[in-house]
Amino acid sequence: MSATSDTRPDSWRKPAFIANPVLRYALYLGALVYIVFTLATLPIDWDRVSDGLSRAQRIFSGAFPPSFDRAGLLFDGFMESLKIAIIATVGGIILSVPLAFMAAGNIAPKPIYLLGRAIIIIARSFHPVIVAIIFVKAVGFGPFAGALTLVVYSVGFVAKLLAERIEEIDFGQVEAMRSAGAGFLTTQVYAVLPQVMPRLVGLGIYQLDSNLRASAVVGIVGAGGIGATLANAFGRYDYDFALAITMVIVGVILVSEAVSGVIRKRIT
Amino acid sequence: MNTLSQTQPLSEALSGRDDWSRFTPKQRLIRYAGFVSAAAVVAWALGSIDVIWAWVWDSPAQMADLFGRMIPPDPSNLPSILEAIWQTVNIATLATMIAVVVSLPVAYIAAQNTTPNRACLWLGRFILVSSRSVNTIIWALLFVAIFGPGIVAGIVAIMFRSIGFLGKLLGEAIEEIDRRPVEALEACGASRFKIVLYAIVPQVMPAFFAVSILRWDINLRESTVLGLVGAGGIGMILQGAIDTFNWPEVATVLLTILALVIFGEMVSSFLRRKIL
Repeated sequence: MSATSDTRPDSWRKPAFIANPVLRYALYLGALVYIVFTLATLPIDWDRVSDGLSRAQRIFSGAFPPSFDRAGLLFDGFMESLKIAIIATVGGIILSVPLAFMAAGNIAPKPIYLLGRAIIIIARSFHPVIVAIIFVKAVGFGPFAGALTLVVYSVGFVAKLLAERIEEIDFGQVEAMRSAGAGFLTTQVYAVLPQVMPRLVGLGIYQLDSNLRASAVVGIVGAGGIGATLANAFGRYDYDFALAITMVIVGVILVSEAVSGVIRKRIT
Repeated sequence: MNTLSQTQPLSEALSGRDDWSRFTPKQRLIRYAGFVSAAAVVAWALGSIDVIWAWVWDSPAQMADLFGRMIPPDPSNLPSILEAIWQTVNIATLATMIAVVVSLPVAYIAAQNTTPNRACLWLGRFILVSSRSVNTIIWALLFVAIFGPGIVAGIVAIMFRSIGFLGKLLGEAIEEIDRRPVEALEACGASRFKIVLYAIVPQVMPAFFAVSILRWDINLRESTVLGLVGAGGIGMILQGAIDTFNWPEVATVLLTILALVIFGEMVSSFLRRKIL
């Protein structure tokens, strides 16, 4: 101890984030090379980009002040989005409950479990916009395609989280029902469902909010709702109307987020 | 058992059990009212939505037809699909990197305990809310109009959306730090910059990495659709294939996207385990 006290350093340096210096500098170098390489090879038309400033100015001068002249169109678009969101939430939950039971490892037999998981992974992997263009091609333009899209979107989210909740249940009640000779369905309804019900209600309300938000987006590719109105306004260079729509979307999202937060807090 | 022997004869206690119910009449009434109003809302939505019902009944056949056309997937265009996937990964990664850098000062001024003054706090919150409530696709529409179709619009759109997400979560992490290291450094007379570097940064480091990795994963997913509005990446090829009714190629693109998303989830869970 006394021998080392002489050589104890006066200054202290923050320990490095990655202890091994070779690995650290290799990572820094790798990141640098990646950035330089990708920036150099990406097909970017710099002339067009530098043109952007004047274009941005033109767009924003066209967008101010926002125009609420066609408020009727705006309102109709929103009501359609709301209807799509409601229908998709109900449909999504109806599909999610059996799927969640399928994808819960403690209840479902192995092959059914794997099938349930696979369906959930596929539903979650595709962005709603991609699902929407497929459905628009399959069933035609309009709110029906939007509702189908959001059903898929809801299933991916609700079924996944509900299945995780089912896997966490207290299994004693299931065993009690089974030992009393209850059938499979009775066990699920009286032993499992009551335990996951609060979670299901919370997820449903969250998903309604989330669907309303997503329905503004899927409309851009032709699946109805306010998104379709926005895409049309943008396509016709009606930037003032587009700004008005965007402002209303932001306002509605903030309100619905607050409302769903309050409801979820009071329920759970 | 106690109540049985004390107050009431056994027969009365047992007869009381016959009409046990979980809810009081008032609770039941409220529940039924809730169910009825929920049903009414759904009925209103279903009844007034502008849908051609003939198309709805026809849709299972249409969908079966569409997916039937997708089989077997056509891999002949795979090289250009893979190139577009690489572009998509680059869009997501570069945009996440830039957004992380930009979101740091925003998180700093939007956290209540580090913000210099109230004006900065509200400026920070305004940036976060406006960035978060406009979806990536809508940002992309705007930036395609500004920068023209291509990758730059995609990167900027993803970046704008990510700043709000990263800034909000980082700001919350900053608000939850332990005050004591900050006070200790203040008592030593450390400068503002050193307090941030040595008292705040080490505490929010885990949250910083967790949030950045999560956002990269989300961005990977979002950048697959940018191309549909002209902002670069795999979406351009998907749109082209759909417009030309080249369904076998659409199937290939969808499978590639699925692989990309699963790959992204694997990478991000690997990084999370490695760093946190």
